[in-house]
Amino acid sequence: MNAFTEITLNHYLVLSGLLFLIGLIGVVMRRNIIVIYMCLELMLNAANLALVAFDRFSVVPTVNGQVMVFFIITVAAAEVAVGLALIVALYRLRQTTNVNDLMEMKF
Amino acid sequence: MEALVFWILAFGLVGSGLAVILNRNPVASALSLVITFVFLAAIFVSLEAFFLAMVQIIVYAGAVMVLFLFIIMLLDIKAEERRPFPWVKLSLTGLLGVAFFFIFDRVLKNLPQSSSILTWGESPEKLTAKKLGEVLFSNYLLPFEVTALLLLVATIGVVMLSRREGDRSKRSEESSS
Repeated sequence: MNAFTEITLNHYLVLSGLLFLIGLIGVVMRRNIIVIYMCLELMLNAANLALVAFDRFSVVPTVNGQVMVFFIITVAAAEVAVGLALIVALYRLRQTTNVNDLMEMKF
Repeated sequence: MEALVFWILAFGLVGSGLAVILNRNPVASALSLVITFVFLAAIFVSLEAFFLAMVQIIVYAGAVMVLFLFIIMLLDIKAEERRPFPWVKLSLTGLLGVAFFFIFDRVLKNLPQSSSILTWGESPEKLTAKKLGEVLFSNYLLPFEVTALLLLVATIGVVMLSRREGDRSKRSEESSS
């Protein structure tokens, strides 16, 4: 079985893991709170990709994985709305989106 | 052929994902994220999840990213200024990546290397949007309704959060005068 011509479940899982890792590195490295939010979205999407792949590669495919992804997308949309409202409120108060300037709660 | 499509989409996905975290300008990051979502939608199509691909485009690339770009432009965020290169942080992140792939390698080695789970399952019926809707409105009816409640709560929360301080006093003054 050639790893390049035959696409298996493992390929999709590695791809999903890579996407998650990119998002994680972005959350750790970036200082802009909006970009950190975007990287969180990237990580959620990596989970979605894994769920759809697991669903499609199961012995008898169902739509249960897709329904789960559907719910994740809905919750992510709500989360983005609330999070961005928080960022706007924070910006009004402090005139910054750099997480290095927002350290009141740091021990 | 399918393999070629997969590799093209995979490289596009990882490349645009890297562009999200490597761009200094938040607007460029947001646009790279749109491209990432489009590639992900294409991968959903290759996995025969057509409805999810459409939802991905409409909700993520459409609604969510417009929201992101709107906030970026509203707050007038400049590109991050160049700082001394964060070697410590970068090496810690690299360590994270190495640990991550060590774990990933172990997981993949423990998966069966050649079995039915690695190949496409044969479904007795087409998994269309109709089938998805049937399952969503029968087996998952309660979670679906709870999601509606969640969206309502999120909407009220956003309205509360984005209200300016002192709006209420101004309004009460207007009503009293």
